[in-house]
Amino acid sequence: MKTQTLKTKKVANKIERITGCEAVVRSLIAEGVDILYGYPGGAIMPVYDELFKFQDQIHHVLTRHEQGAAHAAQGYARISGKVGVAIATSGPGATNLITGIADAQIDSTPLVCITGQVASHLLGSDAFQETDIVGISTPVTKWNCQVTKSEDIPAAIAKAFYIARSGRPGPVLVDITKDAQFGELDFNYEKCKGVRSYNPIPKTSQEAVNAAAELINAAKKPMIVWGQGVILGQAEAELKTVIEKAGIPSAWTILGASALPSTHPLNIGMVGMHGNYAPNKLTNECDVLIAIGMRFDDRVTGDLSTYAKQAKVVHFDIDPAEIDKNVKTDVAVLGNSKESLAMLAEALNENSHEAWLKEFKDLYTIEYDAVINGDLNPTKEGLTMGEVIKQINIQSKGNAAIVSDVGQHQMIACRYADFNVSKSNITSGGLGTMGFALPAAIGAKMAAPEREVVAIIGDGGFQMNIQELGTIFQQKVPVKIVILNNEFLGMVRQWQQLFFDKRYASTEMTNPDFVTIAKGYHIEGKRVSNRKDMEAAVKEMIESKESYFLEVCVEKEDNVFPMIPSGASVSDVRLS
Amino acid sequence: MNEDIKTFTISIYTENNIGLLNRISAIFQRRHINIESLTTSQSEIDGVNRFVIVVNMTETNAIKIVKQIEKQVETIRAYYHTEEETIFTESCMFKIKSDLLFNEPQIQNIIKESNTRIVTVNKEFFVLEKSGRRNEIESLRRDLNVFGIMQFVRSGRIAVTKDEMKITELLTAFNNQ
Repeated sequence: MKTQTLKTKKVANKIERITGCEAVVRSLIAEGVDILYGYPGGAIMPVYDELFKFQDQIHHVLTRHEQGAAHAAQGYARISGKVGVAIATSGPGATNLITGIADAQIDSTPLVCITGQVASHLLGSDAFQETDIVGISTPVTKWNCQVTKSEDIPAAIAKAFYIARSGRPGPVLVDITKDAQFGELDFNYEKCKGVRSYNPIPKTSQEAVNAAAELINAAKKPMIVWGQGVILGQAEAELKTVIEKAGIPSAWTILGASALPSTHPLNIGMVGMHGNYAPNKLTNECDVLIAIGMRFDDRVTGDLSTYAKQAKVVHFDIDPAEIDKNVKTDVAVLGNSKESLAMLAEALNENSHEAWLKEFKDLYTIEYDAVINGDLNPTKEGLTMGEVIKQINIQSKGNAAIVSDVGQHQMIACRYADFNVSKSNITSGGLGTMGFALPAAIGAKMAAPEREVVAIIGDGGFQMNIQELGTIFQQKVPVKIVILNNEFLGMVRQWQQLFFDKRYASTEMTNPDFVTIAKGYHIEGKRVSNRKDMEAAVKEMIESKESYFLEVCVEKEDNVFPMIPSGASVSDVRLS
Repeated sequence: MNEDIKTFTISIYTENNIGLLNRISAIFQRRHINIESLTTSQSEIDGVNRFVIVVNMTETNAIKIVKQIEKQVETIRAYYHTEEETIFTESCMFKIKSDLLFNEPQIQNIIKESNTRIVTVNKEFFVLEKSGRRNEIESLRRDLNVFGIMQFVRSGRIAVTKDEMKITELLTAFNNQ
C-alpha cells in the first residue's frame, strides 16, 4: 500500500481548528480503527478526501457494493470482538447498508456505520440521493443520529462507538450532512464514558446467582444451552469451569458455536431446527435448563407451548428484555456473562451426571447411524456436503474459522465443522442473510490474518454478493472460498420436497462457470466432482498462501437432517 | 392461557431527542399493537421528556413492551400502570356557531352543568374547553351534537401515577458514577 502523508497533526489533548470531514477520520483513528469498509459517493466525498490523506493510519477497503461493506465490517467484528466500521454515501449507498445493519442488530454485532447526507438546507426537499436513512435505519439499529453541525461530529462518533460496543453490542449509524463535513470545528476528541439514560450492564445479583446455583446443585438432569453471549462476554473460560465443575451436558446455539471446543466431552452439540438429535430431544427431559447468553429463538425452541415444560429454567443474560420474552424463567441472572458465570462457578457444587450424559451419548449413536455416518462417510457416488466439511477439518486440523452463508451448507458446516478455538463460526444466524459469507470472510481474514479463514457458500448465496471477488483480488485477501454447488436453492428445495409435494418453484439454478469467473478475478480456482479430487483439492486449498476458489459439485437433492419441522416440538425432531 | 386485554398507561421518561418517538412507536407497530393515544411533553425534570401512551393489551405483553422500550438507549425509564394506579384526564375543545348560544338556551345549561369553560366568543363562533374522563367528554359531545358542532377535538390521555417515579434519583445516581 502506497502511503502519502499530507497531514501529520498529532492527536493530542489540545484543541485544533479542523474541518468536519477531517474530524470524522481523526475520531475513527482515536477509536483505534485501523480498517474500514465502504464505497464513495457524492455526499461522503469530503470524508474520502481525508481518508486519502490519512491512509498511512487507516486502511479503507473499497468493497464492490455497500452491502458487502456492511458484511465485511461484521466479519471483522465477529472474529476480533472489535467494532466493525462501514462507510457509505447518502441515498442508495446508505440503503444498501441496511441488510448488513439488520443482520448485525439481530446477531448483536458491534458496528459503526457512517453515511453521508445531503447538505442540511436540502434535507426534506427530495434532493438528489437524499433518503431519510435515520428513519429507515431506526428499527434495525441500537442507536442512530444525524449530525448537521461540524462541532457535533466528534461527540456523535464517540457516543456511537461507546453504544455499539458496550452492553449487548449492536449496530449504530451516524448520518452526517455534507455541510457539516465541510464546516470547521475546534477538535478535541474525548471518548464517551457513559450515557445517562443507558445502563449497558445490569448488576449481577448474588441472590439470583445463589438461587440459580441451588436449582442446579439439586438437579438430577441439568442441561446447559449457551449462545453468543458467552463469546461476546469473553466468558469462554468461565463457561468451561461451570460445565466441568458441575458436570453438565452442554449444547450450543448456532451463534454460540466454538465457545467450547467441539471435542470437549460435555459438549453435546447444537440445538435447534437442524441441531443434534440428543440435545433437542432431551430438552424435554431435563429437570433444569440453564440458558446462557441465548435468546430462545424460534429456530431453537420450535413450538413454545411444548418446550421444556417439565424443566425449571435459569436464564443468564445481559439484556433484561430477553428475560421471559419467549420462555418463562424461574431464575433470571442479569449481567455480563464473564462475571455472572464466575459467580455461578463459585456457588456450584462439584458434580457429575454420568447416567444422564449417557442418555445423550445413546441418542448420539442413533443420530450417527441414521444421519452422521452417511453424511461424513458416504458410500454413494455423489459427494455430500458433510464430507467436504470433514476434509476441511482434517486439512485445517480444526483450526479454521468457518464463515458460512445461509442454507443447507450452513447447517452442515455448523453441524460438522470442528472448532478448536472461540470466534470460529461466523454466520448469519438471526437474519439468515444469503450473501453474507463472501464479504464477511474478507472482513474476518483482514481482522485476523494469522487465522485460516474458509468461507463455505452455496451456489445461490454466492451469487448474491459475487462481486466481492473483486475486493479479494484488489486487496489480495488470502481467504479460501468453498462453493458447495447443488444447483438448487437447497434449503428451500428441501422444504418444497417435504412440505409442498416436491413442487420445486423457482429453486433450480442454471449456474455459470464459477471457476472461470474466479479466474477472471485472478483467483486460483478448481472445480471437483469426485471424492479423490475433492480431498486433494481441499488439501491444496488449505496449503495455498493466497486466496483460493474451490467449487465442489455435490449431490443435487440431499437433505439436512435431523430436522424439527417448523412449528413442531423439539421432541418431534426427525431423523429422516 | 387466554389473558384478559386491559387498558394500560405506559409512562416513559426519555432524553429529548429527535427520532425517539419513531423508535418507540416502532416497538408497538412491530407487535401490531394499536396506540389508543400518545402524548409527549416536558416532565418534572428539566431536559427530560415524558411520554404517556395508552394501549389495550395483555399484562404479559405490557411487560415485554416496557422492557423493549427501556432497552432503547435514550429511554431513562419506562413503566406500565393500570387505570387504578393512575390519576388521568383528557381534554377537549368544541367550536360552535355563535347564533346557537343565543337561540338555544339549552346550550348554556349544558355548559354550566358540565363545568365546561368558554374560551372565546366572537360574532361567528364560540369555543368551549373541558377536561375530564372520557365518558364525561363523550356525553358532552353527544349533548352538543344535537345543535351542530363546527369542530371537535379531543387530546390523548395525560396521567400521573399514584406511586413515586424516582427518576431524579436515577439521574443523580448516574451523575455520581
